[in-house]
Formats: sequence, C-alpha cells, structure tokens
Amino acid sequence: MADGCGIRMERVCYSVGGRSILRDFDLSLDPGVNRTILGVSGVGKTTILKLLLGLLKPDSGRIIIEEEDIATLSEGGLALARKHISIVFQGGALFDSMTVGENVGYRMLEEGHLAEQEIDAIVREKLGFVGLEKAINLYPAELSGGMKKRVAIARALAADPEYIFFDEPTTGLDPIGVYNIQQLMLRLQGEGKTTLMVTHDMHTAFAVSDRFSFIHEAQLVFEGTKSELKESSIPAIREFFAPGKESLFRYVESEESA
Amino acid sequence: MPVRFIENRILLFLAELQKFAALAVKALRRIFSPPFYGREFFRQLDKIGVGSLFIVCLTGLFTGMVMALQALIQLRPFGATSYVGGMVAVTMIKELGPVLSSLMVAGRVGSAITAELGTMVVTEQIDAMRVEGTDVVKRLVASRLKAMLVAMPLLAIVTDTVAISGGYIIASGYHISPLMYWKSLPQFMRFQDLIEAVAKPTFFGFLIAMIACHVGLGVSGGSEGVGTAVKRTVVLASVFILISDFFITKIFIVFR
Ligand SMILES: Nc1ncnc2c1ncn2[C@@H]1O[C@H](COP(=O)(O)OP(=O)(O)O)[C@@H](O)[C@H]1O
Ligand SMILES: [Mg+2]
Repeated sequence: MADGCGIRMERVCYSVGGRSILRDFDLSLDPGVNRTILGVSGVGKTTILKLLLGLLKPDSGRIIIEEEDIATLSEGGLALARKHISIVFQGGALFDSMTVGENVGYRMLEEGHLAEQEIDAIVREKLGFVGLEKAINLYPAELSGGMKKRVAIARALAADPEYIFFDEPTTGLDPIGVYNIQQLMLRLQGEGKTTLMVTHDMHTAFAVSDRFSFIHEAQLVFEGTKSELKESSIPAIREFFAPGKESLFRYVESEESA
Repeated sequence: MPVRFIENRILLFLAELQKFAALAVKALRRIFSPPFYGREFFRQLDKIGVGSLFIVCLTGLFTGMVMALQALIQLRPFGATSYVGGMVAVTMIKELGPVLSSLMVAGRVGSAITAELGTMVVTEQIDAMRVEGTDVVKRLVASRLKAMLVAMPLLAIVTDTVAISGGYIIASGYHISPLMYWKSLPQFMRFQDLIEAVAKPTFFGFLIAMIACHVGLGVSGGSEGVGTAVKRTVVLASVFILISDFFITKIFIVFR
C-alpha cells in the first residue's frame, strides 16, 4: 500500500438504548482504496462514520488510526487523529450563523496561524474547486441542497485531509446534482484523497468506489469488489439490488415484532 | 412495578444531574482560559442583554405600579403612606426584581439558546464543529454563560429602577412628593440587601444559561425533539429559579 495512515475497526460493538446497532464489526481502510459501505436506511451507516471520527464511543472493540486506539482518547487527543480525516455530513452541516466563506475557512480562522489574506486565498481556491466561488458571501440558508453539499466538500478539503468521508452525498439530489457530486469525488481521488462513502445509492457507489462493504442487521455480511458484489448470493444483497414482493412491508413487521 | 418505575426515574434524574454538573464545571473553568471568543461573547451579550431590555422594563414598570397601589391601600388607614417608596423598593430589590426579570429571560433567552443549540445538534453542526477541532463547551456554552452572568444582574437592576420609578407615578397621585418618596427608600433596607439584589440574578442567570445549554446539547429526535427541549428548558429554569430563590433568601437571613 501507499504510505499514509491506515484506519481499522476491530470487533466493534455499539448499541443505543439496549438495541444493537453494530455487532463485532470489522472494517479496514487503506490509503488509495476508495470504499463504499452499502446498507438500507437506519442500519447504522452514519453511526460507523461517527465512530471512526470519535464522535461516538463504541461499547467494546478497537478503532485504530495510525496505530492508536481512538476509543480510549479524550476530545483533546482526538484532534490529532482527526487531522487525517474530514467528513461531508448528510445535510452538509454548514454553520448557519456564518457565511459560506467563513464556513470553509472555519478551521483556519479557529487555529489563527494564518493571516486573513492567506485564509481568503485558500477559501477561494477550495470554493473554486467545487464551482461555488461566487457564493462566498451567501449564508447557508440561501443555498440549495446540492450547493450545501458542495460547500461542505470545500470545507472538508480546507483541512487537507488524507481521507474524506461522505455520508449519503447523493441522497435527495436531482440527477445533475448527483452527477456533480460524483465528478467531484472522482477528482478528489485523482488528487490523492481516499474516499469512504456510506450510501444506499448503488449507482454512485459503482461510479466512484474500488471496494464495497455491505452491512445488514448490525453485521458486515460482505466485503469485496464490484463484480463480487453483483454476483453475491447473499439474500440481503440480492434483495437490495432487486427488491421483490417479499420485501414489501418486511421493515414494518420486523419493527413490530422487535 | 411502580416501585421499580420510581427507582428508574430517580436513577435517570441523578444521571442527568451528574451530566449537568459536569457541563457546568467545564463551562465555568473555560470562562477564564483563552481563546475567549470575544465576538461570540458580545453577540450573545447583545442578544441576551439589549434584546431583553424592553420586556424587562415593561415587567418592572407594571410590577412597581401595582406594588405601590397595594401598599398605599394598606398604609392609608395608618397614615403611613409616606413609607410607600421604601416598601416598593425593598420587595423589588430583594425579591420581585431578580425573580421576575429572570423568569422573563428564562422564557425569552433560555428558550432561544436551547432551540439554537438543539438545531445545531440535529443538523450535525455540533459534530462538524468537533471534527474541526473546536472545543464546543468553550465556544458555545462558556460564551453564553459569561454573557448571561454579566447581563442578568444588570437587567435586574434595570427592573428595580424602573419599578421604583413606576411606584412613584402611582404615589404622586396620593400627594406624595418626590423627596418624601426618595427619603423612604433607605428606611427599610440595609447594605446586605444590595448584595442580595445582585447575587440572586447572577445565580439565576447561571441557572438559565446552564439549563438551556445542557438541554439544548442533549436534544435527540429531530425537530420534534427541539420543540420538546425548548419547553423543558423554560419549565426547568422557571421552577429552579423559584426553588433556589427560597434557599438563597434563607441563606441571606442566616447571615443577617
Ligand atoms: N440518538 C439516538 N437515539 C436513538 N436511536 C438512535 C440514535 N441515533 C441513532 N439511532 C438508531 O440507530 C440506527 C442507526 O442509525 P444511523 O447510523 O443514522 O443509520 P443510517 O445512517 O444507516 O440510516 C437507527 O435505526 C436509529 O434508529
Ligand atoms: Mg445516515
């Protein structure tokens, strides 16, 4: 593998209110290998990303970033591990009391190492990358959903991370918005960033990823390449690709019996 | 079954109290260490202090007037109407000024803080801030707490002043001269009362800010969760203002 830090989840368990979201979950990310985690809504995809960033603490298991178990770190210690990773949250999670420019420059403004003109130049460059230089003085409320996500990508880039996580980047976007995001992700990969996406949008997944994981009922049921995924005989995956009559209302029933 | 239920409720309450205390300690410690987020502090001070000025003046004016009316009715048979200024002042400064202005601020500012922080939680802005390396307690909680600790006593003093003036408007209708009114003010008071007049709203301000932030940061369950949280903040802050008012008064009486 190329040099850079690896990220691993080892036998991670996580539950909310007695309900198991992840059970003995393993995952490994390597620089240059762009991965997508697929799974139905509510299965725990966002939870995985938040665990990897130390925003949530696992009940048990290890989460290793650069040879260090971040599950045991305090908020201060996490800052170092997070230097390698940025995330684009599902709705963008832009700070709505700040302009687009302040959002993108947030970390640099907080750290205060750079002069204002330098920050401004970087902010404009990152916004240029996502094609939104003109929006620099707008507030998030004035942007469309797709634009918000692009600003969020620019903000994630400002930290110059090795990894960029994407939480359902194409959900809720029109076809043009989806295409824009896909192209941006490919360009990021071309510039040496490694992407990890969680989504249920398999078209985008196939367009931008090298390897795939499939999560079903709190467990990793598949790990492999695109063709392996397409030929998989695992029922949950078959159903995911071609939902049939038997999938109708299954969710409701399993909720009721739970 | 009911015993078990009550036991669970008590445990839940204690767990929440523990979290609340931890947040309060963290926030208090962060008030005194840099970075101070000056811009955020002044923005909050403007929102909390200047923004509440009108409602607090209105509260003070009408409370002062009604107090004077009631006092005059009681004092008239004894020919003691000249004491009305002192009676209005002492009740306002020690009790009604701090309590009423704090209740107003709890409704107006406490709810806004919870709604703002709760929305930030629900839209993952808090998570985003943490990822960007920001100390959320320092940036969001400490700045609001500091602004509240400065603004609340000032607001209470404004309330007292307006109330005493309002009292005079009524008293003047009963042939009481400004000088008579003014001279009666110190007759019921001692210096310790002035300390009480500042200590109470400062503590209430602490309660409002910390309850609002604690409840706001604990929001879960989307926009409905934000609504529930706002309601909780207003109820909890109001109730704890009234309860703690009793105990603070007790303490001041002990040291009298
Ligand atoms: N704060 C919470 N309280 C209760 N349940 C939660 C909370 N956060 C997440 N969950 C539950 O965890 C499960 C996984 O959530 P999430 O990771 O957001 O799913 P996904 O991103 O795959 O749609 C969901 O079914 C949700 O009900
Ligand atoms: Mg999700």
